[in-house]
Parts: sequence; C-alpha cells; structure tokens
Amino acid sequence: MKKIEVIQNILEANETIAKRNQQLLDKHKVFALNIMSAPGAGKTSLILQTLTMLKGKLNVAVIEGDVASTVDAEKVQSEATAVVQINTRNMPESCSLMAAMIESALEDMPLDNIDLLLIENVGNLICPSEFTLGEHKRVVISSLPEGDDKPIKYPLIFSDADAVIINKMDLLPYVDFDITTFRHSVEGLNPKAKIFKLSCKTDEGIERWCSWILAQVKSNVTKQ
Amino acid sequence: MLDQMHEFGITENIVNIALAKANEAQASKVIQINLVIGEMSGFIPDCIQFYFDSMSKDTIAQGAILHFELVPTQLRCRHCSTIFQPQDTLWSCPKCRSQSIELSKGRELHIESMEVE
Repeated sequence: MKKIEVIQNILEANETIAKRNQQLLDKHKVFALNIMSAPGAGKTSLILQTLTMLKGKLNVAVIEGDVASTVDAEKVQSEATAVVQINTRNMPESCSLMAAMIESALEDMPLDNIDLLLIENVGNLICPSEFTLGEHKRVVISSLPEGDDKPIKYPLIFSDADAVIINKMDLLPYVDFDITTFRHSVEGLNPKAKIFKLSCKTDEGIERWCSWILAQVKSNVTKQ
Repeated sequence: MLDQMHEFGITENIVNIALAKANEAQASKVIQINLVIGEMSGFIPDCIQFYFDSMSKDTIAQGAILHFELVPTQLRCRHCSTIFQPQDTLWSCPKCRSQSIELSKGRELHIESMEVE
C-alpha cells in the first residue's frame, strides 16, 4: 500500500466553468447578478420590480432556477429581453444552480443584446453559497417575516454577498424584526456588503437599488 | 435522478479525481481517500459516503474508505486579530468584544491524500 499526496479542491470543476461563464459574459459586456434567498423572500418580485424600473435603460435577461415549474419564467416573460428557465429537478443536483447549468443557459441567450443578467437561484440559504456561477456580484435577500437572525444562522451566504436586501419593509409594524440587529450582524460578517431596505409591494427603496445596479453595470463596462 | 442534493456532484468530482490520481500512480485499487471538510461548509459526510458507494461501483475505487477530517470553525477578529472558536451563535471577539469577525477556517473542501495499492 502506498500513500499519494493529492491536495485538490473538490469544487474546482465548478469554479473552472464559472470562470469560463464570466469570460463569456465579459466578452459580450453582460453584467450578471446571482440572486439568492430562502424560498418566499421575494427573488421573483424583486426581479419583476427591477425589470419595470430599468425598462428603457437596460436590456435585461433572466435565468430562473427552480426545482420544478415554469411559473417564475412566465411572470417575467413579458418584461425581459430573454428568459431561460432551469428546472433543477431534472439535474444531478436540485438544491442550487451550478456553473454548468448557467453555461448551457447562456447558449440560448442573445448575449450581444443584453446589458444585465439576473440569475434567480433556487430558494435556499445553504447550498447556493458553495457554488459560484460566473456572476459579477452576489445578492442575498432576507425578508422581515424570516426574522433578523438569518445572518448568524447562515453566515457563509452573508459573508460572500456584495449586496444584502431587506425585503417586505411594509411589514415592519407587524413583525418582530430588529433592523439594527440585522444590520450589525451583516456588517460584522461582511463590512463590504451594501445593504438595501425595500419593499417590492410598495416600491419603497426600489429606485435606490436600481441606481446601484446601473452604477455597477456602468463600472463593469468601463473596467473592460 | 430526482431531488438529489449537491453532494451528488461533489462526490462525482471526488470519484473522478481519485480515479485520475490512482491511474497516474498506476495503482490497481484505491483503499482509502482522505478528505478535509470544514465544519461550515455545506457538505454532509454521510451523504457523500452514500453517493460514493454507488458511484464507485465497478471501478478500482469500489469499497474504498472515505476518511473525513473535519476542520472546526475558526474565527478572526478584524479589529484586534484574535483567533478564536465560536462559543455560541453570536460571533463576537472574546478579547475586544468586536462583532467584526471573519471566518479563517471552516470552509475547506479538498482531497488531501489517498492510499492505493
């Protein structure tokens, strides 16, 4: 019997494809956001609001990741330049999108006509934090009914986020969610994360969120 | 292939890496694979073992033992650089009480070594 030294990152296969995705997106000047949250936090609602607000300013495409169904793709269809639905139920993994799924979705997209790609990940706060997709920035949504303790319960996903959104602000009078506690937890884990308070129901905060996107898209294009 | 967790793809990678390395070493059998997994990584050893047993079937890695070295979470205070282990869910520095904390260990996921014959 002999021992062989290996020391190889098991996630490398995914990371290699993710890098390739980002190179392809950069070549076509597409800025991509990976939007992650627990189920029901408002990923689709945020995408819909973003599409409405950015209409006429950017051409936006959407990749919808769900375990099953096309309901989300149908909702965004009329507003987006292109929509691809990925059903992870037919994939080797169902709990998160992975770089290889994005790679094949990009083949079906008119990349030259797209400025912004919104990738809606599968509703889950654990698995998606392990798999990069080739996105430029990572966005995590927490909504008030989930409670203010999510960053301390799921620190990885919040540690890597570029933007953290507190959604359903309209429910603040009805739920025990301490904004300061939440904010401190996020800032402790990740001082770089930009925090947005908004409500997809009332439009509060959507404009500020979309201005951030516009600035990101602009700086990404200039960078290249 | 319905509703499989992300350990499925990870295990596929483990089998592929193990077979490639065994092949390079001209081994005829993989006896043990030593893996390093951080406590904070979202991967469950039992789940990896479960997939491994079916995926390695009819390969030279069939029956190999997966040995998991679990790396405990280690935190670092961004203010005073104290290294510590979390005592509860609220991460704060035991020395200066700062809550500006980064994860210094606990996200690992790699194959360290293998035993072959």
